Amino acid sequence: MSEIKEILINSDNLETDEYSVNMGPQHPSTHGVLRLLVTLEGEKVLNVKPYIGYIHSGIEKMCESLAYNQIIHLTDRMDYLSAHMNNEAVCLCVENALQVEVPDRVKYIRTIMDELMRISSHQLWWSAYGMDMGAQTALFYGMRDREMILDIFEETFGARITLNYNTPGGVMFDIHPNFQKRVKDFIKYFRKILPEYDRLLSGNIIFTERTKNNGFLTVEDAIAYGVTGPSGRASGFSCDVRKHHPYSAYPFVKFNEILATEGDTYARYYCRILEMYESLNIIEQLIDNIPEGDYAVKLKGVVKLPEGEYYQRVETSKGDFGVFIVSDGKKNPYRVKFRSPGFSNLFALNSMVKGYKIADLIAIMGSLDLVIPDIDR
Amino acid sequence: MGFNLYDFTNFTHNLHLWFFENMSTGWATTVEWLLVGVIYLAIVALLGLFLIYVERKVCAAFQQRIGPNRVGPWGLIQTVADFIKMMMKELITPRQVDRFLYNLAPYIIIVCMFLTMAALPFAPGLQGLDFDIGVFYLSAISSISVIGILLAGWSSNNKYSLIGGIRSGAQIISYELSISMSLITMVIMAGTMQFSGIVEGQRDLWFIFKGHIPAFIAFVVFIIAGTAETNRGPFDLAEAESELTAGFHTEYSGIKFGLFYVGEFVNMFIISAVAATVFFGGWMPLHFPGFDAFNNVMDLIPPIVWFFLKSFAIVILIMWFKWSFPRLRIDQILTLEWKYLLPINMFNIILMTVIVLTKFHF
Amino acid sequence: MKSIINYIASIFKGIGSLLAGMGVTGKYFATFWKYKTQEYPENRKELVMFERFRGEVIMPHNANNEHKCTACGICEINCPNGSIEVISKMITTEDGKKKKVLDQYIYHLGMCTLCNLCVKACPSDAIFMGQNFEHAVWNRSDLNKVLNLPGSKIEEKVIKEKVEKQE
Repeated sequence: MSEIKEILINSDNLETDEYSVNMGPQHPSTHGVLRLLVTLEGEKVLNVKPYIGYIHSGIEKMCESLAYNQIIHLTDRMDYLSAHMNNEAVCLCVENALQVEVPDRVKYIRTIMDELMRISSHQLWWSAYGMDMGAQTALFYGMRDREMILDIFEETFGARITLNYNTPGGVMFDIHPNFQKRVKDFIKYFRKILPEYDRLLSGNIIFTERTKNNGFLTVEDAIAYGVTGPSGRASGFSCDVRKHHPYSAYPFVKFNEILATEGDTYARYYCRILEMYESLNIIEQLIDNIPEGDYAVKLKGVVKLPEGEYYQRVETSKGDFGVFIVSDGKKNPYRVKFRSPGFSNLFALNSMVKGYKIADLIAIMGSLDLVIPDIDR
Repeated sequence: MGFNLYDFTNFTHNLHLWFFENMSTGWATTVEWLLVGVIYLAIVALLGLFLIYVERKVCAAFQQRIGPNRVGPWGLIQTVADFIKMMMKELITPRQVDRFLYNLAPYIIIVCMFLTMAALPFAPGLQGLDFDIGVFYLSAISSISVIGILLAGWSSNNKYSLIGGIRSGAQIISYELSISMSLITMVIMAGTMQFSGIVEGQRDLWFIFKGHIPAFIAFVVFIIAGTAETNRGPFDLAEAESELTAGFHTEYSGIKFGLFYVGEFVNMFIISAVAATVFFGGWMPLHFPGFDAFNNVMDLIPPIVWFFLKSFAIVILIMWFKWSFPRLRIDQILTLEWKYLLPINMFNIILMTVIVLTKFHF
Repeated sequence: MKSIINYIASIFKGIGSLLAGMGVTGKYFATFWKYKTQEYPENRKELVMFERFRGEVIMPHNANNEHKCTACGICEINCPNGSIEVISKMITTEDGKKKKVLDQYIYHLGMCTLCNLCVKACPSDAIFMGQNFEHAVWNRSDLNKVLNLPGSKIEEKVIKEKVEKQE
């Protein structure tokens, strides 16, 4: 009797079949072209192996044949949901290399646009996450609110997502006269809507049952894999670039860094919701005090960086984005390398999913907020 | 002929006599059967088309959109256009399927759907089958439709269809228990299993008001179990399993898939019609004991309109569930049934028995 | 006993959260006439794009069929992917001087990324971003456009300003 009990308890002795399933490049839940080779044992996931490169466009190579003000429009298209922050990274890198100080007005405008872009990126993530979980109305509510931000962008910049507004030395043209009023209207509207998001999805018992207590990422694993952004901060890894290496107008504002300790899927989800609140606070502090001044510093002639290597980090909505430029004195860079946050976040997926079910794999991958062109460049 | 919009008993009786007077017995029986069959086919077809249109419009209203509005006035002909498109699709049959079972599976579901629809009381006198074990007959027939789903999953010769079919089968068998037990709760209140008897018993007050707390709990449990029974709403893991496959009807294309699809919608209507009959009075207008003027005003609306209004209200409630909630995982679905709904049902039956025996109801 | 209390409490809390979610969607269902869909293309007449909207590059001509482009080629140098080709020709003016004027301003709409660098770089404000966004064509060669109208020439005012700047 005790032998049978032992065999039943040590189920590792039982022979079970492992089989591999391909969640192919075309899939409704992978948010882009990503191939996952999932090894399953029954319903349990044993191993996940991501294959990337399906949307590799050679952006880094293209930058080697363009001038410094021309490589900015390519960075729009990498992580298209935080396009402004990518542009800002390249501009800051070039400005620091040339040791040019931009006017305060430029810093304020850049930071306000950053935070608006962060809110719109989190709104789209929330919509897509709700749709993955099965609540398809979440998609429409998030997109409806995102349209207000995109209208603000369209009025000032002319484009909705691929902005190309920053240039080395400042911004391309001044903000529209309606800008402040529109942003203030949006803040008032969105503060009323965010509790609705909580009632629809965050507090829902079905949602919490599916997302709590799975997909754990310990803080040691987060540091080892380099998982930054809200995904890393939900495990307790304090990595906000806006706090540790402030840039633009971030030294002038007061805000909290959202940290959590559990490291499960729900913590990652809720960190992003709280970040939206913090972004609203930052914009409120800045919107009324935009200083007067020039909107750009005129750089003489063709921009040529002195020889050397330059690096700049910014905090995009996905995590820590870095630009590394190697220059040899000519008007084209010798080599440009982008450190994308999605790349590090994706490869921590394997350690988070082991032992959980297939339905949990979708929930965990959605909570990492992956944008595949960011990974592939 | 005695056509009375408020009571069809005389009309059907006179029609029946007219057939038997003017034709031989064999012909008369055959013509009657054919007539009833054609009427039910028409009802099911129209209901299916209309319900799909209602679903799309209601879904759009929840999401602050318009929904179909180009094909026909207010988009009413949209489903007809979809149906024509589905008829023109190629019926792809994979090579190694079990041919007989593969073709049989959709028809089992459709036949069970017709059999359950025949037992519903649309209006006084308009009821296909009026057994004295009506409720019992209903749960028995709905149990047979599980076989259709299991056959579809098995005969498709596809690993993932089989997984989807078994999962869906497990879900439906579990939730049938809850449906039957909540119906039994109301049978205890009504005292009879016959549908016309249940509706007559609600002439003074609907059961959901009469049996206050246990009837309300039974209604909530019935609605939750009903959405799970028809693979709808937050329980649609089997068919919206876009994680791996499309569930048990992956290998079906064209009109065979159309049969599954329409079957799901009409099943949803049947569940809401049963809920409307047992809890909200079926074709009985809203009466409050003692308010005679109010009751007379309510009586002006024909019973058949009452029936469809109540059924569509509950249909919209079921659609509300689908568009508000995320999906449940399969182990959570089964946990909900066996650990929560079943004990609540058992407790509720005891409570209802106590209330009926002590006459502590309205 | 505590587990039974937890069980019942969890049932009520769960149902409460579900009802809150249903309340949010129900609120929008109850006001279904306030939909946010824009009924395009029926609303084309009332549709006004923002003035800074980047739809395509255009070269505005005034009433006398004159444009402002001096064929300097700065926009072609600034364009990151070669969507602009400025073809110029030398003509002799009445004074006998040889001068470079614009022959054809070829714009490949199919390759343009709408990055706005050409408009920003133009010294004589000859090109702007237009607001037309309906670019679908049946033939791909229709996307290669010639922006200066046939028979148009440069405005005299621009030549005078350019000469003044050079002096």
